[in-house]
Amino acid sequence: MWNYSQKVQDFFLKPHNAGPMEDANAIGEVGSLACGDALKLYLKINDEGVIEKASFETFGCASAIASSSILTDMVIGMKVDDALKITNADIAKALDGLPREKMHCSVMGQEALEAAIRNWKGEPAVPHAQEEGKLVCKCFNVTDQTIIKAIRENNLTTLEDITAFTKAGGACGSCLDEISEILEAELRRQGKGTAAASVAEDVAHNEKVAAAHAEEATGGLTNIERMQKVMAAMQLIRPQLQADGGDVRLVDISGKVVSVQLTGHCGGCPASQATLHQIIESILRMQVEPDIVVKEVKA
Amino acid sequence: MQVIYFDNNATTKVAPEVTEAMLPFFTELWGNPSSMHTFGGQVAKYVDQAREQVADLFNAKPQEILFTSCGTESDNTAIWSALQTQPDKKHIVTTAVEHPAILETAAFWERNGYTVTRLGVDEKGNLDLEEYANALTPDTDIVSIMYANNEVGNIYPIPKMAEMAKERGILFHTDAVQAAGKVDIDLAKVPVDMLSISGHKIHCPKGIGMLYIRKGVLFRPFIRGGHQESGRRGGTENVPYIVGLGKACQLAKEHMAEEQTRVAALRDRLEAGILAHVPECKVNGDPAHRLPGTTNIAFRNIEGEAVLLMLDRLGICASSGSACTSGSLEPSHVLKAMNVPFKYAHSSTRFSLCRYNTEEEVDFAIEHIPAVIKTLRDLSPFKD
Repeated sequence: MWNYSQKVQDFFLKPHNAGPMEDANAIGEVGSLACGDALKLYLKINDEGVIEKASFETFGCASAIASSSILTDMVIGMKVDDALKITNADIAKALDGLPREKMHCSVMGQEALEAAIRNWKGEPAVPHAQEEGKLVCKCFNVTDQTIIKAIRENNLTTLEDITAFTKAGGACGSCLDEISEILEAELRRQGKGTAAASVAEDVAHNEKVAAAHAEEATGGLTNIERMQKVMAAMQLIRPQLQADGGDVRLVDISGKVVSVQLTGHCGGCPASQATLHQIIESILRMQVEPDIVVKEVKA
Repeated sequence: MQVIYFDNNATTKVAPEVTEAMLPFFTELWGNPSSMHTFGGQVAKYVDQAREQVADLFNAKPQEILFTSCGTESDNTAIWSALQTQPDKKHIVTTAVEHPAILETAAFWERNGYTVTRLGVDEKGNLDLEEYANALTPDTDIVSIMYANNEVGNIYPIPKMAEMAKERGILFHTDAVQAAGKVDIDLAKVPVDMLSISGHKIHCPKGIGMLYIRKGVLFRPFIRGGHQESGRRGGTENVPYIVGLGKACQLAKEHMAEEQTRVAALRDRLEAGILAHVPECKVNGDPAHRLPGTTNIAFRNIEGEAVLLMLDRLGICASSGSACTSGSLEPSHVLKAMNVPFKYAHSSTRFSLCRYNTEEEVDFAIEHIPAVIKTLRDLSPFKD
């Protein structure tokens, strides 16, 4: 269960200004069914450019409904130019804060307000910047412009922040690298060198891990391959020991350490250490990998 | 405010009889069952007794019962053991609708060189036996398919599917966490090699699980250490919880008929009541092959978290497959695999009942849910 402020709960359970508005002269629509939240904001703006009435319809969770509702309260009586100055952070603040993961609900409110005012001005539904922006997150339709705006208005510094505020990268995750680059560049522009360096460091670390995985897959043996090779080699070793009335049992393979148990005559044989290293280890080193280590486990 | 608990697929109330059975092992009988002295050693017989009680629920042998810490550990152990004992095979067959305990484990092995086939489901959430048969190859190491689905409640044809694996000499594991105590599982007849259960889904506390391993099936421990559990799982036995699981299994057996009749009737009453009083909703899953207590209902054009919070105000506990409740921004993988349209997926709400629920609770829910749905629909911009 989310930890919602009392104000979020109040505005969710008893929302102000809910429902469509018949005489609205400005309508802003954002989000979709597929995204999991959507908001239709209705405004009635008078000739002096003052918002006289505002109402909303929202499909979404409690914080989406509360964000939409409090936004309508905030804009009533405001001049259009002042309303445009409202940021998503203002909406979240009015609700006494939102859980980090739900900040995108306040972003949706701000976007709907912008869209409604554009609609009133007779401008196209999509802001100019967004139209020109590059689509980064294909799952949630988020452009680089939207990401940069969220970073600037909310002082975001991490990848998780960006997903929480814009949803970008929250589904398939294939755009996370691109988001990192946008974040790093923006932080550098803002003169936040340390934060940018930390983002770059994270990216470099992830690349290193990925490269290590790739190397494991193509270069050195995977654990499974090693295991298979050891098992096959053991079949070569056992007849040699069995010829002397002894035997060996494979107990465990952990990384490059192979644990075996010497049984039969080999178990109590004074030369067991020689058997272990000169026969078993040397064959495994030839057959499997040159740095295999064999350890004896006592019965 | 009264709590109406309709979220029994998430966790269950601890049965008072289970608590009572466990208590002496926190106060008087706190010894180590492995000890040589009488004080500790006397505890071992209660562990043995619990093992018999658990075995009895599934018509299994006590030595086939391995106690674990949870269902997830049981699932991890089953896959681990199958892969370790058959290192020459590199293929895992499972489904797209498993619990993360299997999905994430399979994905881990996939990253480590294994091939994974995830069987799809139709829009009712059912598997296709032909697709399954085609997925089985000589390279298949293990099949892991849940007995029943946690989100929509579908029961899968495990006896048939296990038989098909057996014919081909392939190990078969089933995650029976949701089915245990609700579906009659006779392991003398159903040829699964391994089966997982979890205590807290059958009125035992959280922190105990069980993995059944059929006699004769090769096994490699997942948790290494001492000789406990016949050397199959290191770690001192969690005696109070093992005793609790034994009691819970005994109770589950005694109440199985009630689950399949009274609890199923309550679920049907709730479902029919909601469908009759709320327009534009539908049941996800396959009502003909379903757990007795589970129903998953989708309310068109609204969002699940909002539904849950409104129900919460009424004291009704349920859960949802919506993106906002999953923490991942995406609706549930089960509903996605079933191709449930977005206008339904985001509001899918699961009600899961148990033997402690009453007709009064169901009627209270039927009385109040329509208003909740109407309130949220009035707020929604989507009306079609």
